[in-house]
Amino acid sequence: MTDQTLTVRFFARLREELGTEELTLPAEKEQTAGDLLAALACRGGPWAQLQGGQPVMIAINQAIAKPAAAVKAGDEVAFFPPVTGG
Amino acid sequence: MISVQSEDFDASVEYAALRDSGAGTGAIATFTGLVRDNGDTADVSGLFLEHYPGMTEQVIAGLIEEASRRWDVRKARVIHRVGRLLLQEQIVFVGVCSAHRADAFAACAFIMDALKTSAPFWKKELSEAGEHWVEQKASDVARGKAWGK
Repeated sequence: MTDQTLTVRFFARLREELGTEELTLPAEKEQTAGDLLAALACRGGPWAQLQGGQPVMIAINQAIAKPAAAVKAGDEVAFFPPVTGG
Repeated sequence: MISVQSEDFDASVEYAALRDSGAGTGAIATFTGLVRDNGDTADVSGLFLEHYPGMTEQVIAGLIEEASRRWDVRKARVIHRVGRLLLQEQIVFVGVCSAHRADAFAACAFIMDALKTSAPFWKKELSEAGEHWVEQKASDVARGKAWGK
């Protein structure tokens, strides 16, 4: 079996407020991006904002995804505030 | 072609490259965005732009592809700067070559509007009072939605 972990990345305001750029987490079976957010929110403190706080955008393997999208081992999942470029 | 870079760009060089897109090109539309002094707060002295390397380029490439399906697009160029930018510096350039003006205007506006709500860039405004992350604007979301984004 290959590595049973996934990478979680944070950007901009979330990266700063969580004090975290990247995490490596064990991949669970039948997990969605929303499940991952809920699990991270349980860490409390600034992490609580990941659920019910300001909107969080999700990308899986660098493509925008919905909370119901499945995440699996080897995936790169990113959480970030609504984008403000241009 | 897509560039995400910290260095400034020369719009006249980009325009010259767009002109060199074949005899079928009858129209070129370009847009350049600058750092202005009144954003979410007054007296903005500059911006810091963060991005998600790799995803940014993929999203913009997808927008150019979509524009090419919807309109006549002979050539498209997008440059977006990242890092620290001072007042009045250039942030973004979008240029589109088409056979006719309507397609050039529409494709250029589409790429710019859709970039604002889908490409992973984030602006932080810097001022005397400190710094803060810019919030996404409802008017930008509405413009994206108007294009079906």
